[in-house]
Amino acid sequence: MSDTEVDEAAVTANVPEDAEAEVDEPETNDSTVEREAKHVPNAIPLKVRGLRKEFGGIVAAADVNLSVEEGSLTGLIGPNGAGKSTTFNCITGVHEPTAGQIHFQGEDITGLSPNEVAERGLVRTFQIARELEEMSVLENMMLAPTNQRGESLWRSVLPVARESVKQQEAAVLERCWEMLEFFEIDHLAHEYAGNLSGGQRKLLELARALLTEPSVLLLDEPFAGVNPSLESRLLDHINDLQESGYTFLIVEHDMDLIMENCEHVIVMHQGTVLTEGAPDEVRTNEAVIEAYLGGEVDG
Amino acid sequence: MSDGEDGDVSERLAAVWANDVTKLVVLVGGILALYVGAGTLLDYGVRQQLNSIGLLVFYVAVFAMLALALNLHWGYTGLFNIGVIGFMAIGIYVTAVLSKSATVTEPAAGSIGGFGLPLWLGIIGGVLAAAVFGALVALPALRLRADYFAIVTVGVSEIVRFTLLESSLQQMQVFGYFIGLGGGSGLILDFDITDGLLDAVGVADPYATLTDSLGTTLGLGGNPKPVFDGLYYGAFLLVFLVLFYVLLRRVGNSPFGRVLKAIREDEEATKSLGKDTNRFKIKSFTIGCALMGLAGILFYAEQGAITPNAFRPRITFFVWIALIIGGAGSNTGSVMGGAIFAAFLFRGPLFLKNVIQESFDIEAVSTFGQAVSPLISGLNPVPMLAYAVDNLAQLQLVIMGLTLIYLMHNRPEGLLGHRQEPAACVPLTGLSRSDTVAAPPTETDGGVASNGGDGDE
Ligand SMILES: Nc1ncnc2c1ncn2[C@@H]1O[C@H](COP(=O)(O)OP(=O)(O)OP(=O)(O)O)[C@@H](O)[C@H]1O
Ligand SMILES: [Mg+2]
Repeated sequence: MSDTEVDEAAVTANVPEDAEAEVDEPETNDSTVEREAKHVPNAIPLKVRGLRKEFGGIVAAADVNLSVEEGSLTGLIGPNGAGKSTTFNCITGVHEPTAGQIHFQGEDITGLSPNEVAERGLVRTFQIARELEEMSVLENMMLAPTNQRGESLWRSVLPVARESVKQQEAAVLERCWEMLEFFEIDHLAHEYAGNLSGGQRKLLELARALLTEPSVLLLDEPFAGVNPSLESRLLDHINDLQESGYTFLIVEHDMDLIMENCEHVIVMHQGTVLTEGAPDEVRTNEAVIEAYLGGEVDG
Repeated sequence: MSDGEDGDVSERLAAVWANDVTKLVVLVGGILALYVGAGTLLDYGVRQQLNSIGLLVFYVAVFAMLALALNLHWGYTGLFNIGVIGFMAIGIYVTAVLSKSATVTEPAAGSIGGFGLPLWLGIIGGVLAAAVFGALVALPALRLRADYFAIVTVGVSEIVRFTLLESSLQQMQVFGYFIGLGGGSGLILDFDITDGLLDAVGVADPYATLTDSLGTTLGLGGNPKPVFDGLYYGAFLLVFLVLFYVLLRRVGNSPFGRVLKAIREDEEATKSLGKDTNRFKIKSFTIGCALMGLAGILFYAEQGAITPNAFRPRITFFVWIALIIGGAGSNTGSVMGGAIFAAFLFRGPLFLKNVIQESFDIEAVSTFGQAVSPLISGLNPVPMLAYAVDNLAQLQLVIMGLTLIYLMHNRPEGLLGHRQEPAACVPLTGLSRSDTVAAPPTETDGGVASNGGDGDE
């Protein structure tokens, strides 16, 4: 069994600015993305076309089409069971779509496994936080950075190679402390993740996802069960990150929060995208009002 | 922590005790002392004492090694391997076939040859075979759900045993060599690890002289060599145990081990952080199987012969008990569990039987009927007790079961508690920038609002 070579380069970042260049590159197997990328002023790192997902007889996503603009904070809203999480799961490879394509940075990533999707810089958090319970908060964090030399077995074991692993570990540890301080959960560093409160888990999961240095983050209800003061802190973090080049797609039920913070809102209902646009357009859309008021929309 | 000279000393002692190696040395030393003490009670002669120590060290070392290997599978990666014995069998059988002396002329019925390779090559071959076999099992099976994976492992270990029993593989000719697996009657191991090593280092003669003179000094009587061989092989296994321990600590306390732990906790979440979990699982499983193969070789190579009957799932069960006693997830705990299992559950009952029979001089009762009838007719419990003591060795499994039930109820996390070795190459404590002392455990509380503040440091 051969060790897959890990880049010698220390923990590398997926620089979000690369996205545009990649999309502009000629793509032989996918002209749609290329064509459409030219029409919009901003690059579209994430594009979902005709996504369909069936679970046995249940159609969780019927026909989802959506695009996420580079550097945007896009909101994804919709009533319970609209298919938002299913869409996330299909995008990130947790579920294999029944039909449809997902393009990321101009590449068709449909059907890739979750780790392959994450390796490309498209990282998600889960609706129900997936902290690694019997690992400390610090271990949870240190897991995340990509291209860790010590993830190769022989480097971790052999005497000389282990020294270089140790050096990188010190750097990783430093970064994790920084991130924990940034999220103000550094006092919990040695706590088991399973002992954290619901809100703290959400913070941990977001912090951990950020350590992978993604270019696009999919957050599934990051504010669910989070108290208002923590929520506004989280939002501040997200806004800061957006300014430094990250792209966000956020699922959220709190309409006010979405309307205040997102520049673009996508509304899902019964497995399809009902409408999308700027918050003001969406707010006044009758179909949306109907969907949210609980009225049945045909189709 | 208190100040002053007293505090200083106790602090230093605490630091020494906190060291895992200290704990292990104290534990193994304590077990040995206990056995020597019991041996003295039993009026053991020097020869008997040395024999008993050699045997004890042997079992402590093999069970600790096996528990360590299983800990990599279960404690770290969450792979439910209940086919441990299968990989041990592959290790020793391949070693046997490779290193048994070669016969190029049709041997007499019942005697089966090997390839006649040097023993060290045979051992490497055995370990590699166990590793390759592990990888072959892992490639398809690791995609299965955890419970199906467990069934596959136990199935595979039984398939291995039935293959060893297979009469069509009993004897065959390969490249002109008459080799085979020996079928139900097994294989005779005509090599000798201890002598082989002495020869390789070139100290066989000094060793013989030394054992002879030491034997006379200690009054061991005739032929003292086997006694010293037992001790020397025990020490040899302890060296291997140290190697196992060092290797697995390195594996565990590293980014590699961190991913393994994460897979154990939540494979999906680990994947979503970009880790190719299948690759890690296959590596972990393969390394663990290789180590089980090696432990199997060391377990059986000195036994003189192997038969398929020795490779029933019993040993797998024993290794699991050892791991549960020590606490899965901790390498130090695995060694402790192996040592405690070997000393008290595996060897203990037999030893206890000798101690009781020696100290109480009770009349032996040979059948269950003889034991029960006085109890019923005359309410005389002595024959029943004598019978139970006499069969203490057979009650081994019952005692193990009771111990397991007790542990599950009272200490499910094992002896060492929820202690986990930090999965990193660098120490994680004390590097805290804000110098936070480990905060008191924050219970998952419903009132999220109370955690909103920034000032709970
Ligand atoms: N693994 C699954 N197996 C079967 N049905 C599923 C599965 N996952 C989702 N569904 C169904 O698909 C539909 C959409 O679920 P999904 O989780 O995507 O909704 P959602 O928009 O995220 O809702 P919420 O806002 O409540 O999180 C639901 O009817 C749900 O029951
Ligand atoms: Mg959802």
